[in-house]
Amino acid sequence: MDNTKLDINQIFEIIKVDFSELIDFTEGDNFILVSHTKWYEIAKFIKNDSRLLFDYLMCITSYDKEDKITYGLAFNFKSTINHSYLEIRIEVCDEDSVPSVTDLWGSANWHERGAFDMMGIKFENHPNFKRILLPDDWPGYPLRKDFETPEYYRGMLVPKDKTYWE
Amino acid sequence: MSNQDKSIIKAEEMVLNMGPQHPSTHGVLRLKIHTDGEVVSKIEPIMGYLHRCFEKHCENLSYEQIVPYTDRCDYLASMHMNHSYAIAVEKLLEIEIPERVEYIRIIVAELQRIASHLVAIGAFGLDVGAITPFTWALRDRERILDLFEMLCGARLLYNYIWPGGVSHDLAPKFVHHTNEFLDYFEPMIKEYDQILSGNIIFVERTADVGIITPEVGINFGVTGPSLRGSGIPHDLRKDEPYSIYDKFDFDVPVGKGMMGSVGDCWDRYWVRMREMEESIKILRQALGRIPSGDVHSAIPKKVRPSKGEIYSRYETARGDVGFYIRSGGKNIPQRLKMRSPAFCNLSVFSEISEGWMMSDVITILGSLDIVLGEIDR
Amino acid sequence: MKFKEISALNKFNKDNIVVEKLDTLINWSRSNSQWYFQFGLACCAIEMMAAAGPRHDLDRFGAIPRASPRQSDVMIVAGTVTLKMAERVKRLYEQMSDPKYVISMGSCSNSGGPYWQHGYHVLKGVDLVVPVDIYVPGCPPRPEALIQGLLELQNKIRTESTLGKVE
Repeated sequence: MDNTKLDINQIFEIIKVDFSELIDFTEGDNFILVSHTKWYEIAKFIKNDSRLLFDYLMCITSYDKEDKITYGLAFNFKSTINHSYLEIRIEVCDEDSVPSVTDLWGSANWHERGAFDMMGIKFENHPNFKRILLPDDWPGYPLRKDFETPEYYRGMLVPKDKTYWE
Repeated sequence: MSNQDKSIIKAEEMVLNMGPQHPSTHGVLRLKIHTDGEVVSKIEPIMGYLHRCFEKHCENLSYEQIVPYTDRCDYLASMHMNHSYAIAVEKLLEIEIPERVEYIRIIVAELQRIASHLVAIGAFGLDVGAITPFTWALRDRERILDLFEMLCGARLLYNYIWPGGVSHDLAPKFVHHTNEFLDYFEPMIKEYDQILSGNIIFVERTADVGIITPEVGINFGVTGPSLRGSGIPHDLRKDEPYSIYDKFDFDVPVGKGMMGSVGDCWDRYWVRMREMEESIKILRQALGRIPSGDVHSAIPKKVRPSKGEIYSRYETARGDVGFYIRSGGKNIPQRLKMRSPAFCNLSVFSEISEGWMMSDVITILGSLDIVLGEIDR
Repeated sequence: MKFKEISALNKFNKDNIVVEKLDTLINWSRSNSQWYFQFGLACCAIEMMAAAGPRHDLDRFGAIPRASPRQSDVMIVAGTVTLKMAERVKRLYEQMSDPKYVISMGSCSNSGGPYWQHGYHVLKGVDLVVPVDIYVPGCPPRPEALIQGLLELQNKIRTESTLGKVE
């Protein structure tokens, strides 16, 4: 196990050996695009491989690509042993579901629930898959660009704009 | 009851609800506790009672207008939130900051760290049963809030550090009053040590309770004093120095298990006490050598970063805050996500509190030092 | 208002028998011992704690914090009320025993605050679920502002008539 800090090109060369058809990387980018079908195997590899050792998952962000069909996930990793940094992105449609990596990194548990809550991306094999911040019977996924605020929620008025006061 | 029945006593697990409104949950947090008598078998935290749609607001407001909303996320350390957001936007814009602005920002951030740790220690003492340290902590914190009021006019939510600079220059006698405060406060830390750190009741209640091992800590993404209490010297101010922290000389305190095992509640409390002393060291160094200059010279007229993404990290009083900003080239962000440290610190709570008693649950929650505003965003 | 009170106390000093309306006596004792229900939700809760702290002392007005709704007179709603929390606010208000009052502290509970425009999960004002007596503006209001709100509530209670004719 060596402790050299790797940059994104070197990391891509290491992962490309086993998973070349599932990942995508262009020169000059600062992220690696991964297909969602075999995400769990790739995740296990980057955690356990002796040169990579990414043991700290910092953040999972869900974003909307603004074409009403695709949504993306961005994973930020860091290795506490060799101090490398990696960003991985996965892009899915509404019908696809992403395998959950909760048993590899415990921090993924709540972050994945948050991504489902806000953007509606589904995860498989999650130990406790339900909404985390909004109430369980909330209609819709708020951070999508085409989200409309509901008129009433359980009998409470949710005013849309200032005309309610004027 | 017959003799046969007396030997079989049916015991059921009880589900206790520590509701959203509770004086010890540090905010609106709901805990569903499965207990067997007094011993806890499983805890499920339920959040979302303070979900104020911060990320949706960020997608509709310009970069300068978002600054007051970052204040209200972590309301006990709002200078840190402002500073971390300003650093993220400045990385996107790729602008240089004058040195006077950097010094002012660091002075303000370290004062805020002392204020936040005072509340954490006071509230922790209150949870365990000690009421006097809470009043002492609030009394000393009021003096820091006086300094902030001299600077920008507000006591709690400052809106002070803008992308590109700060909103007001230092007040005429600010340096003098801050030095006075530091001379007053340094001997006070010894008083806190006398009343709490060696107090036998406090030690009995917090030593060996709620141990976070290093592997569990890193796996769950715990950062800040909660992780340093387990012996791991991770501090973003030393590992990846941002702003001008590399010009200052300070240590990173870690927990050593002085009163129990490494990583228990006492260690986390002790790390916060020693961090206040390190902040005083940094402050004395910074106050002695502030350069002159104009604080408004680098504030851009229009904040319109080019297309790109950034993930920028910062060390607040509670841990690592991360801002992930996707910019589409307009003057409003396309997506802004705040990775809050208390969110990840709370996710380890259900792991470490199984098998303890009800009163220990409150102690563990107090030692993690959470703020619901940044968990629920 | 103040002089009337002092004169009642002075009368106790001189004689042992004081003649007052029963209403005045009940209102005087009720207004000077408002035990508040600490319902701190967000940033305003910190200012409420500071108001109860050593510098701005709320205890000198007779107001101490109680954690249970059954033992309190006034509920200070400090902070943003979200839709998920609104039902609990209503339930806790109904658990308080009469006579009860509500102080709405901060602009979030007055009318939604800075989150009025795009907050899909924020209740725009706590007066949509509970009846409010006093509104304290500010974001967050200074502890002195909260103390002024409490004194205004005391004035309001002193004009109540529990036993006399309702006008």
